[in-house]
Amino acid sequence: MKFEKPAGINPIDQLKIIGKPTDRIEGPLKTTGTAKYAYENNQEVTNVAYGYILGSAIAKGTITRIDQSAAKAAPGVLAIVTAANAGTLNTGKFYVSRFLAGPQIDHYHQAVAVVVAESFEQARAAASLLKVDYKKAKGSFDLDAVKDLAQTPPPAQFGPPPQTLTGDFEGAFKTAQVKLDETYTTPDQAHAMMEPHATIAKWEGDKLTCWCSIQQMNWGVRDLANILGIPKENIRLIASYIGGGFGGKGTVLADLVAASLAARAAGRPVKLALQRPLMFNNTIHRPKTIQRIRIGADHDGKITAIGHESWSGNLPGGRTEPATASTRLLYAGANRMTRLKLAVLDLAEGNAMRAPGEAPGMMTLEIAMDEMAEKLNMDPVAFRIKNDTQEDPEKPGRKFSTRKLIECLQTGAEKFGWEKRNAKPGSIQEGQWLIGMGVASAIRGAPIAKSAARVRLDSSGKITVETDMTDIGTGSYTIIGQTAAEMMGIDLDKVTVKIGDSSFPESPGSGGQWGAASSTSGVYAACFKLRETVASQLGLNVGKAQFSDGKVSDGDRSFALGDAAKNGDLVAQDEITYGELSKEYAQTTFGAHFVEVAVNAYTFEIRVRRMVAVCHAGRILNPKAARSQVIGAMTMGVGAALMEEMVVDKRVGFFVNHDLAGYEVPVHADIPYQEVILLEDIDPTMSPMKAKGIGELGLCGVAAAVANAVYNATGVRVRDYPVTLDKILKNTI
Amino acid sequence: MKSFTYERAETPAQAAAAASKPGAKFLAGGTNLLDLMKLQIETPTHLIDIGRIGLDKIEPTPDGGLRIGALVRNTDLAADLRIRADYGILSRALLAGASGQLRNKATTAGNLLQRTRCPYFYDTNQPCNKRSPGSGCSALAGFSRQLAVIGCSDACIATHPSDMAVAMMALDAVIETVKPDGKTRQIPISGFYRLPGKTPHLETNLDKNELITSVVLPTPVGGIHVYHKVRDRASYAFALVSVGAILFKDGGGRIALGGVAPRPWRVPSAEKLIPKGAKEFASRLMEGARPTKENAFKLTLVQGTIEGALTENRS
Amino acid sequence: MEDENGFGGITRREMLAGTAVAVTALAITRVTGLEAAPAAPIVTPVESAGVSFSVNGKAVNLQIDTRTTLLDALREHLNLTGTKKGCDHGQCGACTVLVNGRRINSCLSLVLQHENDSITTIEGIGTPENLHPMQSAFIKHDGYQCGYCTPGQICSAVAVLEEIKAGVPSHVSADLNGPMKFSNAEFRERMSGNICRCGAYSNIAQAAAEVAGVEG
Ligand SMILES: Cc1cc2nc3c(=O)[nH]c(=O)nc-3n(C[C@H](O)[C@H](O)[C@H](O)COP(=O)(O)OP(=O)(O)OC[C@H]3O[C@@H](n4cnc5c(N)ncnc54)[C@H](O)[C@@H]3O)c2cc1C
Ligand code: SF4
Ligand code: FES
Ligand code: FES
Repeated sequence: MKFEKPAGINPIDQLKIIGKPTDRIEGPLKTTGTAKYAYENNQEVTNVAYGYILGSAIAKGTITRIDQSAAKAAPGVLAIVTAANAGTLNTGKFYVSRFLAGPQIDHYHQAVAVVVAESFEQARAAASLLKVDYKKAKGSFDLDAVKDLAQTPPPAQFGPPPQTLTGDFEGAFKTAQVKLDETYTTPDQAHAMMEPHATIAKWEGDKLTCWCSIQQMNWGVRDLANILGIPKENIRLIASYIGGGFGGKGTVLADLVAASLAARAAGRPVKLALQRPLMFNNTIHRPKTIQRIRIGADHDGKITAIGHESWSGNLPGGRTEPATASTRLLYAGANRMTRLKLAVLDLAEGNAMRAPGEAPGMMTLEIAMDEMAEKLNMDPVAFRIKNDTQEDPEKPGRKFSTRKLIECLQTGAEKFGWEKRNAKPGSIQEGQWLIGMGVASAIRGAPIAKSAARVRLDSSGKITVETDMTDIGTGSYTIIGQTAAEMMGIDLDKVTVKIGDSSFPESPGSGGQWGAASSTSGVYAACFKLRETVASQLGLNVGKAQFSDGKVSDGDRSFALGDAAKNGDLVAQDEITYGELSKEYAQTTFGAHFVEVAVNAYTFEIRVRRMVAVCHAGRILNPKAARSQVIGAMTMGVGAALMEEMVVDKRVGFFVNHDLAGYEVPVHADIPYQEVILLEDIDPTMSPMKAKGIGELGLCGVAAAVANAVYNATGVRVRDYPVTLDKILKNTI
Repeated sequence: MKSFTYERAETPAQAAAAASKPGAKFLAGGTNLLDLMKLQIETPTHLIDIGRIGLDKIEPTPDGGLRIGALVRNTDLAADLRIRADYGILSRALLAGASGQLRNKATTAGNLLQRTRCPYFYDTNQPCNKRSPGSGCSALAGFSRQLAVIGCSDACIATHPSDMAVAMMALDAVIETVKPDGKTRQIPISGFYRLPGKTPHLETNLDKNELITSVVLPTPVGGIHVYHKVRDRASYAFALVSVGAILFKDGGGRIALGGVAPRPWRVPSAEKLIPKGAKEFASRLMEGARPTKENAFKLTLVQGTIEGALTENRS
Repeated sequence: MEDENGFGGITRREMLAGTAVAVTALAITRVTGLEAAPAAPIVTPVESAGVSFSVNGKAVNLQIDTRTTLLDALREHLNLTGTKKGCDHGQCGACTVLVNGRRINSCLSLVLQHENDSITTIEGIGTPENLHPMQSAFIKHDGYQCGYCTPGQICSAVAVLEEIKAGVPSHVSADLNGPMKFSNAEFRERMSGNICRCGAYSNIAQAAAEVAGVEG
């Protein structure tokens, strides 16, 4: 099915099942511990051995020797894989990391060896017996120090162009009546998903099956084939349940490579999980940025010039953190500029984390907007509303498909009680606590990609859907089931959803906030085809046949749906592809975040007291799961605002706080009741589903709303995330 | 984790005697020891599980204090009605530490003897004088935001992470032990921990494999009991600074600090300045501090936290 | 479900490892692998020791590598994979189980420490066909997303309600000596040893409030 024109009325618009708050269909499994995650697929393999990775002890240099004698002789050891015996390994197409070091070391905790043993305890003990000699080399670990050496990166597959210029930014900024020119930083952040990267690998001849935990099955197969130098057809990846990803499990990382190599070397299936203290320096992360923002406005608060520059670093060839993305579309202003710069750093690879670019970009842009509002003596909500735009500010005439930023801000302000905010910082105190309120806009692109699915109808009227889409907590199982149920006119419990298997029709997987909209559209296409097959099987007019209540009817002729499959299951497969609508329209999601914090007047401890988010994000397929995506993102935003930072030891070249005690993420006590309002939005330019994503939108702007609230409480403006009490203390004395 | 032999001791005497075996270590709750063994920071070759040797009761002492068995779990200690009523600072400190699950497992003795959370101590690739004497201190010129500002040395600036011990310091607790040969002794908590000097790997004045049997709390001293633990996240985090205070009606008090030193930090001679306010008291308490650039804020924070505690509880 | 009782997972691997695992379960349904151990290269035996305890009401005897944690014993030896490994260092709570009714982190406990203990894992709290009220409430309030922290959250939440009933105080209890009551703040503080990176906290608190019978 090719989607080229805005969608008209279609079976999804019945909204009997789509759009209803629906419990997750896999809930009974997840809540009883019976959903199986990668490492837990013991039933699939016999005689499994355990792999354990030894990470590099240095950040940059070479391995001169690995003495394996003690490890080899250790109890239970079956095999040891190093670069010396692994064969040629290439890299994947999305990450530049090499997953086995040697002789060269590219970053700290890069895998140096994989030890395979009969038990986990034996593999772990033996790994520590490997004696590795290194020759250290000088590395580059400090973004501040190499900022001026940063280059303009080549255009990237995802993210904005490295430079954009509209009108005369420099001239307009120079002559603006009110100006802001500030520099902000966002730190290296970890995905810190709760399930560590894990794989069980099994070879049968030259065929490799891996139970793994990755978000994009198609990329995974492509990359693993590339890395191991084997045909794609020989690889099957299965990830039925994934314990969180947030972009950190996009495609193949060290666990998949190490388990595959280890299983080949040991001649047995191997299970391997990255030990938590290794994850931070071994895998990918959201890289640090330095961002300079310049805003010029006239006295009335109309923005005349807006410029956003961002510097980040990466391993050679790695991607740029595209922090300028949101600034291109969020506010009006005739003269605009964005610029990305990339430096070389020898830290672990920086790559996608939930709302790449947009999350760190909005962390800073939305502080800048708060600062600017203050300079203008305007309410921050009013200032934002004043600079709303209904067309792409870089391409006047190009409309947003839908855009209700103003309604988001107004609805949120009302719900939150924004009018109680006192614009003068530090003016509200309750006991020991200074109270502050903050706001931020939210914006996140709404990409959509081709996606395929297969649906099968059996004679009992039940439908089985198969697509290689994954569910990383996003609710894919349920919305895919809802889509099929709505399309075929049956109850949700008549649908079986099978996902997370690369042998199923290809979807774009979970990432970039495209998963829900894309994968359900693929299911729509397949179901559309199945409806045709059913109708013709029953001798009904396809155009007139009604699918509802488990029946197919056309006028007074009515059949049970299953009747169409009386002589055997009916199977339909299709793929949805897209025309040019995304060029014609700016397709984007919007929102607003309101936060109240309390800051201890003696210690400056910061606690979030209230949070309200309003989102405008296309048709909401399952309001229950969509709301959960948003509260989860708000929680991650609180972490980004107040505590999350991988601290770089610039001498050694590694993230020092590489475990979950050192890298703090929010706990229950940090998060109050969160209110989410989903504004009605139906976007026919997107797909037949008229839906967009929401999981990343929920994160954009949250941290700035918190930071702005802290400013309102204390009068101290912190421009270096995370906003911690020491940074406030320093500025109050 | 290295291989080890395991024995389940039945009595304190049996446990104490077993401790003379080479490479032996006591396993109480295991929440710190096993963590460190997994990373091969601790590498005992023999574990003596003392989980079932008794010593799990809290009993009155003849002079009106309480004797806390070494194996009393942190949850049970915090929830004990006598502790809550008369030693609130101790309940509060315990409840501010770790998590519900960890407190259910962690024991009184294990908590006293838990080791530092310095991130370099936790990474065996990095030099660390505490973990491998003579290798150097990575933290001094490295990431030291969490670490000590006072009582530390050029060899080590690690903090002692216990909250419970801070309260015990304010309460003048006494630690009771037995040695492998059966000899017992009492060590006041003020003389229990060592400062690092040139030997940061030696953390207490216990003999190797001396078994802690109990901790004695003297007669209750009354007063208002406060424990304010300052940290970035609201729970399940170690202290940046913590203040354990017992404040008396006459304006006097006792104040011990966590998160600032290699042991719970208390300077009794400074406490006469408490009535003069946080500023004067804190500057005496922190006399001789030697913070790094990254953790100098703790000095201001100490004063602010004390001021908050005094203001709140004096009004 | 290939093994409802979770005790069928005695695999050949354990035989090969030379750490023979004997299971005597009261209600054992199936023991696989034991009969089929082929002549295998015998590896140097590691230190092992015996332990007996019960899991979800069933007796278990293990002769096992001394280093094995309760968590790995459950997941790798007893095929009870509902209990999760998130960090293996006591820093996340995914491995929470109940031991004699009290919640602990099973990753920081040797299985040998559990002689005669009675252990309840998520599989013993309820099943898909027979959900515990806390499990139903998690589903209703969407108190999870990826589901990986969820078994730990549920075990913890069940225990927290008991702890409050038993009068155990918390860091946020205003009066240490007063009666303990369920509140949003009390629940959140007590649950803070269970990290949910998906950020389902707000929903989890509502689920638990419903089970506790109060307004969230
Ligand atoms: C993620 C995490 C967060 C934490 N947060 C905090 C916190 O915020 N505040 C805090 O105070 N603590 C915190 N802790 C630490 C926790 O309190 C300790 O791990 C616990 O108290 C140790 O007690 P245990 O019985 O488990 O000790 P074990 O691990 O069994 O033993 C610790 C040490 O004491 C020795 N030992 C034990 N008993 C005796 C005895 N009777 N005689 C002689 N030696 C003995 C052992 O040999 C070992 O060397 C945290 C721990 C973790 C894992
Ligand atoms: S501060 Fe102490 S524990 Fe930390 S690295 Fe230095 S010597 Fe080691
Ligand atoms: S796995 Fe035990 S606390 Fe994380
Ligand atoms: S549901 Fe994913 S971590 Fe909690």
